[in-house]
Amino acid sequence: MDFELMINSFPKLLNAAVITLKLLSVSLIVGLFIGLLFAILRLNKNVFINKFAYGYSYVFRGTPLLVQIFIIYFGLGQIESLRSSFLWVILKEPYWCAIIAFALNTGAYTSEILRSAFQTIKPGMIEAGKSLGIPSKIIFYKIQIPIAIRQSLPAYGNEIILMMKGTSLASTVTIMDLTGVAKYIISTTFKPIEVFIVAGGIYLFMTFVIHNVIKFLEKKYSFN
Amino acid sequence: MELLAFGDTGWGDELFRATLMTIAVSITAMLIGFSFAAIFTPLKLSKFKSLNLIANVYTTVIRGVPELLVIYLFFFGGSGAIMFVASMFGYNEYIEINAFVTGSFAIGIISGAYSTEVFRGAIQSIDKGQFEAAKVLGLSKFKQFYKIILPQMLRLAIPNLSNVWQITLKDTSLISVTGLVEIMRQSYIAAGSTRDPLFFYSFAAVLYLLLTFLSMKMINKLEVKYSRGY
Repeated sequence: MDFELMINSFPKLLNAAVITLKLLSVSLIVGLFIGLLFAILRLNKNVFINKFAYGYSYVFRGTPLLVQIFIIYFGLGQIESLRSSFLWVILKEPYWCAIIAFALNTGAYTSEILRSAFQTIKPGMIEAGKSLGIPSKIIFYKIQIPIAIRQSLPAYGNEIILMMKGTSLASTVTIMDLTGVAKYIISTTFKPIEVFIVAGGIYLFMTFVIHNVIKFLEKKYSFN
Repeated sequence: MELLAFGDTGWGDELFRATLMTIAVSITAMLIGFSFAAIFTPLKLSKFKSLNLIANVYTTVIRGVPELLVIYLFFFGGSGAIMFVASMFGYNEYIEINAFVTGSFAIGIISGAYSTEVFRGAIQSIDKGQFEAAKVLGLSKFKQFYKIILPQMLRLAIPNLSNVWQITLKDTSLISVTGLVEIMRQSYIAAGSTRDPLFFYSFAAVLYLLLTFLSMKMINKLEVKYSRGY
């Protein structure tokens, strides 16, 4: 055991963990909006809209995240019209490509989580709102969405942890996140176990914090 | 379509072989995962706190750390560990283990952590009376498990195991970083030499979708088979 290496690499890995957290938080926020949008589309009665939303979630959940990142980072640059458009400012940056891939991926899972949460809302609650004369838009925002959020908290907590692990793939497109820096240190020192313990420890700590925050929120918003 | 031709002109046969490789790694990893689960599920359900702790450390660490990091640990640390064991037996030459073994083991250990949780949940949701009835019938310990608990456990576990299979199948794409030529790696090579990454990565996505779709069909059949009588 090379304890000196472990102590020396700790600050470097901690700095890299900040990038991991940045990637995670931005993609979760964007992904939440995408997920909500597609969950609403899934509940739409129009067959085409419905099928489109289903197809989106099926494709993004059925393929590896690595493929999605590579298509966006390596593949999209091939399209000439895209290269000359204003979008290229974003798409040439690996950082934004990774975030787009993560957001689309977590959006697909989130849409499934929210859809099933919407479907478990008892019709009686919506009827109660209607009989009080509340407009259906307000029923949606003030009754359906809050209940759906509460219902989906445990599953969404899992999704956050899965996404945090997913951000490690950013290292494959040259981003120096926690895994990227860990790999760099491993390949220069050939001490995989020591680096794994430190980097893995930081990941586990983040998992632990996320897990407990979700638990706290679940308690806070529980019905009883 | 020319790009996908079989033979020297296209990448069809290479990608076909790569797909077989992905299937082979996934199945091997899943089986390695099952053997890990066979060890750790009893530990999880054991009465002894220390045994529980060992199993909990395994599942918590593996499920809380990115798959890629585990793969790097095995990729860079695997041959070192084997050489260390070999040196204890007096063998000091350089040993290199191939990417297939490293990859299957790394993914297998990850898949094993998920399988352990699935089996634990399945056994815990079997009615207590079943265990008692098996005992009362005077069956041997082995028969109690093999004839009574296992079939019921499988029925309960299959839906969740199909999720584990999907995760495992998708995780194998990460082994491409170690150089094993599976779908992802082959697409990377093809994309590099033809300068058409959009096409090849999209095609890789289609291959993965096809694999998940077909395996879901097969698992659904298994599910029907094991829920006979329910």
